[in-house]
Amino acid sequence: MLRSLHITPEKCTGCLQCEMACSFENEGVFNPAKSRIKVFTFHEEGRFVPYTCTQCAEAWCMQACPVEAIVVNAATGSKDVLEDVCVGCKVCTIACPFGTVNYNQATGKVIKCDLCGGDPACATACPTEAITYIDSDMTGYERMRAWASKTDTAASA
Amino acid sequence: MAWTGKILRVNLTSGSVKQEALNMDWAQTYLGQRGLATKYLVEEIDPKCDPLGPDNKLIMATGPLTGTMASTGGRYSVICKSPLTGCVACSNSGGFIGAELKNAGWDMIIFEGKSKKPVYLYVENDKAELLPADKIWGTSVWATDEWLHKKHQDPALRIAAVGRSAENGCLYSAVINDLHRAAGRSGVGTVMASKNLKAVAVRGTAGVGNIKDPKRFMQATTEAKQVLAENAVTGQGLPTYGTQVLMNVINEIGALPTRNMREVQFEGAHKISAEAMAEPRKSDGKANLTTNAGCFGCTIACGRISTIDRTHFTIENKPQYWGNSGGLEYEAAWAMGTDTGIDDLDAVTYANFICNEDGMDPITFGATVAAAMELYEAGVIGDKETGGIAFKFGNAQALAKAAEMVATGEGFGKDLALGSKKLCEKYGRPELSMTVKGQEFPAYDPRGIQGMGLAYATSNRGACHLRGYTVASEVLGIPEKTDPLVTDGKAGLVKAFQDATAAFDSSGLCIFTSFAWTLENVAPQLDAACAGGWSPERLAEVGERIWNMEREFNLEAGMKASDDTLPKRLTTEKANTGPAEGKVNGLSAMLPEYYELRGWSKDGKPTDKTRQRLGL
Repeated sequence: MLRSLHITPEKCTGCLQCEMACSFENEGVFNPAKSRIKVFTFHEEGRFVPYTCTQCAEAWCMQACPVEAIVVNAATGSKDVLEDVCVGCKVCTIACPFGTVNYNQATGKVIKCDLCGGDPACATACPTEAITYIDSDMTGYERMRAWASKTDTAASA
Repeated sequence: MAWTGKILRVNLTSGSVKQEALNMDWAQTYLGQRGLATKYLVEEIDPKCDPLGPDNKLIMATGPLTGTMASTGGRYSVICKSPLTGCVACSNSGGFIGAELKNAGWDMIIFEGKSKKPVYLYVENDKAELLPADKIWGTSVWATDEWLHKKHQDPALRIAAVGRSAENGCLYSAVINDLHRAAGRSGVGTVMASKNLKAVAVRGTAGVGNIKDPKRFMQATTEAKQVLAENAVTGQGLPTYGTQVLMNVINEIGALPTRNMREVQFEGAHKISAEAMAEPRKSDGKANLTTNAGCFGCTIACGRISTIDRTHFTIENKPQYWGNSGGLEYEAAWAMGTDTGIDDLDAVTYANFICNEDGMDPITFGATVAAAMELYEAGVIGDKETGGIAFKFGNAQALAKAAEMVATGEGFGKDLALGSKKLCEKYGRPELSMTVKGQEFPAYDPRGIQGMGLAYATSNRGACHLRGYTVASEVLGIPEKTDPLVTDGKAGLVKAFQDATAAFDSSGLCIFTSFAWTLENVAPQLDAACAGGWSPERLAEVGERIWNMEREFNLEAGMKASDDTLPKRLTTEKANTGPAEGKVNGLSAMLPEYYELRGWSKDGKPTDKTRQRLGL
C-alpha cells in the first residue's frame, strides 16, 4: 500500500514543527530554511497552509531532468533526487508546476520531499494532525466522512 | 552546546558591528536569554545611568533551546534598564524572530551608545550591518515591517521594530516582532527608540545544529510535548480559548480588578471573554476569533488571530483594519476592557491592534487609561486636559481615541504616554496609580489572590504576573492547590515560582509550558542539548542566582526595600463583592518571611552568606 502526505490546512497553527523535523531528518540541523515542507502564512486571512511535493505519478521534475537524477522509490512511490547524479541545472525547479523542488545553494543540488523513506518526520512532528501520512487511495475519505455526517439517515429510516 | 557561542556587538555611536565570543563561564551559571543577558547588562552598565541616555544598553537574547524542536523553543528577550521603573527590564517574546536570530548563528545582540541618525540593523547569517532608517522613522511597526520586506525582497525576513509611540517617548513602548508579538513591558521599546534604532531585520539560514546529544534530545522533547498535549490547560484550554480562558474564571473568584481596581468583579466580563470571542456576530456571522496560532515551535498555540466587525465605529471607514491580526490575550482584554469598565469587544480588539501597530504595552496603556478615567470622574482633570473627550469608565470611544493619541503622541496622548504613576503625580493624586515600582498591575487582584500581592510587591520589574505566577497554584491548583484567600505559606510559594520562572525565561522556552511542566520536564531537554549537566535542582539554583542578581542591580539603581509595596487601595480598601469580599491584601504578613527565605537582610539586601552561596 502506498501512502501519501495529506494536509489539512484548517488544523495548522503555523508552529513550524514540521519544518524543523524535516530539516533535522535530512540535514541534521534545525533549519526551516532547508525544509522540504513549507508553511505559508496568509496573515490578513488568518490562515496557515503547509505545502510540499505531492509525488506526482508522472512527475514533471523527473521527466525534465536531463541526467536522470530523479528516480521513483518503488517502496514509497516518492520521487527521489540522487545527489551524486544531480548536476544542479535547476530544470526540475522550472518544470515543477507547484514549486516543490528547490535548489540548495550549500550543496549545488536540488532538494525535494522523499517521504523520509516511508516515515515522514513532518507528519510525526505535527502536533495538530494537520499533516498525516495515509493510504494514497483514501485521501478524500475524511472529507467524505464530514459530508456523510451531515446526511439525515434517521429521518428516512 | 546549543549556544552558538557568538555575540553580535553593535555600537550605535560609532556604527561598528563586531562579533565576539560568548562568555561560556557565564552561560554555565546564568544559562541564556534573561539570566545571561542580564549578567552582561549588570557587568556593562552603571545601574544609575539614564535609561534613555547613550549609557544604557539594549540586549536581544535567545536561550539555548531557542530555534530547536523543543516545544515553544522560539523565545527571545529584550533586556535593558527600564525608563518606566528605573529597575532592570526584561521582556520576553515569542513569534519567530528569536529562532531566526539563532538560525543566523547568534546567541544575542548587544546594542550600545546612540546613533546620530535613525538606523536599522540588518542581519543575514554572519553578515550584519547598520542601514539608514530615515524613510521608516515616523512610521508604525506595521508600515516598517512592510517597507523592510519590500526593500530586501525577502518574504522570509523576520522583523522586530518600534512604533511611533516609542519615537515620541511613551514610557511603556514595546518592541514588536512578527507584527503582533511583543516584548511588551517596562518600556524596552522606548529604550530602543532612544538609541535611534528603528528595527532589527534578521534572516538566518545556517540552522541550529550543535545539540550535545541529538538522539536523546529528540526523545526528551517528544516526551515533553506529550505532557503538554495531555494536560487540560496546555492541551485544550489554551489552544481553544487562549489565555482569555481566564476572564470568566478570575471574575468568578472575585479577583478581576475592575475600574482602576476599585472593584474586584466586572459585570461585563462575559462580553469580552474567550467565549464572547468565539460567538458569531450579527453583522456578518463571523466570530471575533478566526483561528488560534502558534509561535515558533509551539505545540500549545494559544495565540489569537482575530477580526473586528467591519461595521464597528472604530473601523467602519478604515479598511486597513478589516483583515485579521493579533487578537486579544487575557491581560490586554483585562487592562483595556475590565480595568476601564469597557465591555465592547470590538473596541478593545481595536485598541489591541493599535498597541501592536505602534508598539505600546497594552497592560500599562489600559491601566493608565483607567487611572485617567478615575481622575476624570473625580473632577481632577476635565475636558480641557482630555481635549473634550469624556474619559468616563465604560466609554469605548475614549479608549479608541486614547490608543490613537498615544500611538501618534498627540493631545492628551502625551499625558497618557507617561504611564499612570507620572500621570497621577502630575495631577496631584499619586495614590490613584495602581503600580509597583512604577509599573502597572496585570489582571489578578491581590485581595482575591493573596500570593500575587507578594509577587507584585517583590517583582524585579515592577508589578507583573510573569515573575511569579502563583495564580497557577492559588486558582488552578498547579502544581498543587493553595487557598487564594490566605497568606500562610505564600512567601515560600512566591519564591519557588520566581526562581523557577527565571530558569524557564533563560532557557528559550515559554513560561506557559509551566501549566504542565515543572523544571523536572525542562531539565532533560536542556541536559540533552547543552554541555554541563543540567538537573532540576541546578536550574532552580540558576533561577535563584538570577533573581538575586536582578535584585542587586535594582538596589544599586536606587530602589529600596520600602519600594516592595502595594498601592494603598489594595491593602486598605476591602474587596466589595464575591468570595474575597471584605479582604485586603495581607502583604505585611508575608514580606518578612519572604526576606528571610530569600536570605536577605531586613532592609531587603542579599546577605553575604546568600551572595556566597549563589556565587554572586
